[in-house]
Amino acid sequence: MEKSAPDTATIAVDVRDAVKRYGDFTALKRISLSIRDNEFFTLLGPSGCGKTTLLRMIAGFEDVTEGEIFLFGDEIDTLPPNKRPVNTVFQNYALFPHMTVTDNVGFGLEMLGRTKAEARRRAGEMLELVRLSQFAGRKPAQLSGGQQQRVALARALAPQPKVLLLDEPLSALDLKLRQTMRYELKELQRETGITFIFVTHDQEEALTMSDRVAVMSSGELQQLGEAREIYETPHNVFVADFIGETNLLEVSVDQIAQGRATCHLGGGHELTCDAVEGIGVGAHVHLSVRPERLFLSEAPTEAESLPGRVRDNIFVGTDIQTIVDLNEGPRMTVRTSNSARGARRVFEAGSAVYVNMEQGAARLLVD
Amino acid sequence: MAAGAASGGSARSDTYKAARVWLLLPSWLVLICLVLVPIAIMLVYSFLTKEFRGGVIWEFSLAAYDQFFCSRGLFGDEPCTIEWTYISIFWRSIWQAGAATLLSLVIGFPTAYFIATRPERVRPIWVFLITIPYWVNLLIRTVSMKFVLRDQGPLNDFLLATGIVDDPLRIVNTNFAVQLGLFYSYLPFMVLPIYASVERYNFSLSEAAADLYASKWATLRRVLLPAVKPGVIAGCILVFVPSLGSFLAPDLLGGAKNFMIGSLIEEQFKGNAGNWPFGAAASMILLTMVLIILLIFARQQARAQKGAG
Repeated sequence: MEKSAPDTATIAVDVRDAVKRYGDFTALKRISLSIRDNEFFTLLGPSGCGKTTLLRMIAGFEDVTEGEIFLFGDEIDTLPPNKRPVNTVFQNYALFPHMTVTDNVGFGLEMLGRTKAEARRRAGEMLELVRLSQFAGRKPAQLSGGQQQRVALARALAPQPKVLLLDEPLSALDLKLRQTMRYELKELQRETGITFIFVTHDQEEALTMSDRVAVMSSGELQQLGEAREIYETPHNVFVADFIGETNLLEVSVDQIAQGRATCHLGGGHELTCDAVEGIGVGAHVHLSVRPERLFLSEAPTEAESLPGRVRDNIFVGTDIQTIVDLNEGPRMTVRTSNSARGARRVFEAGSAVYVNMEQGAARLLVD
Repeated sequence: MAAGAASGGSARSDTYKAARVWLLLPSWLVLICLVLVPIAIMLVYSFLTKEFRGGVIWEFSLAAYDQFFCSRGLFGDEPCTIEWTYISIFWRSIWQAGAATLLSLVIGFPTAYFIATRPERVRPIWVFLITIPYWVNLLIRTVSMKFVLRDQGPLNDFLLATGIVDDPLRIVNTNFAVQLGLFYSYLPFMVLPIYASVERYNFSLSEAAADLYASKWATLRRVLLPAVKPGVIAGCILVFVPSLGSFLAPDLLGGAKNFMIGSLIEEQFKGNAGNWPFGAAASMILLTMVLIILLIFARQQARAQKGAG
């Protein structure tokens, strides 16, 4: 990551060289990142990658072993959680069970010293925003999971935090609701103009909602960028594999000329793709091709074409996945859209085909 | 809810009815033999005539209750005026038991919280440590307490040696000594229920409160205490009720001035000098009073719940 002096006017949260150790175990290995104001920022990674630890460090529930955290230019890493102008939406919502929905939402404002009346008024507004006004007098236990989730959101937004932290808030909801909430969260972020820091292990969630995504793994930042950039130009094997589906092929680089690398994979197959800085001739590396950027044909085409034989077709609703064994080479997955417009011919299992790559689809990766 | 449960039960009643009677039999037996029958015996005895060497004469009499509430002069021939002797003993007992309960709560709550926040595998060890002193007989513990607290005891030796006090503190034979004794007798009954409810407490609620700008104190008062209230109430009842009827601590630590109900009742049954009907009547009055206190408390709780909901 670049480490220029951050512009405090536009940087909401600035994490500098943050390290978190529990005894011998290092949960975060020196992470630096800058989250912009008014941004929907996602920390994405498998469980145990340190994303939640980082979020909890920003909230103040975990102290920072080394490094600093700044909020709009002020160092906050030594402040207790109740002195930090950030609010959290917890994974299990953590609604106060003995309080009504209104009292839950108004709690933060009351603690900030506002009058009970003002807290209630503002709670009413927030409940309107999340469309729960008719449940204001209920206890959390009387609400469904989705409603509890929206109460948790209203409660965290009510004190108008500078930054909203969301710790896998959708993971307890069922699929349909989760998809609706994704859209609602994004809308809410736009409406309120508050910086959202969203933690998830669900790459689809990350891609659909975020302005920028930080991919993390084993306590390290793997890649930071816009959702599309991360999907299309992953920096390394981990990111390519974790985000979306991909064909990861082991290749060795034979020659590099004019920015193009010629590689060969098992079975005598050869293909060329863009050369990548840091990967030289003779390197044994991985190559990633997204299945939707491959297509099948009976005869070789002008694109990179590799001969093989269809092993199986898997119907997955929106598209069809065709598994192809390259002749004496690795296995690849090809995705064909299941629509009249996009439909190409479906090749039966056992038929001989060519796997073709779209321009720029193949990408060399460092390990 | 009850109707639903009943109708749900009736659908399967053919299969389970007979079995249910048999399966519930042990609990009915326990309730009848160990709760209802003893209370009934006590109630009946309180309305009988006393036999001078202990025991009763089977003859109906209100003398026991009359003795408790009515003062009829030196020769027992004046009209009834309120007898304060026993009422004031009751009042002192309530006060002493209340103070002991408060002391147990103040010490027991942090203790329970401490245990419940230890790593899961060491918690049973802490609970075990809390209960160890209670393997020793209550009498021995109370006597030892007296030795610790007395004027030439280790506590005063320490206070004198370190210069904190110039004259030994007179603790034994005071109300405070009784409260200390009761507190020490029943502390685990406070710690264990509170521990059980704090252990079930979702600590992310405390984090949520801190996240929403609550101070530590506000988090305790507004979030933790309401959440663990059932445990606190159970602990208070479990300490208050036995303290109220206790006689060891008041006898040994309180001296003659700090008489409590338990001692009063005990004396009625001890040796040949007692008055069984009077002891039974005092027990019944104590029982009624405890029930009334608990009922008032329960009603208030229900009202508070309704008010919040």
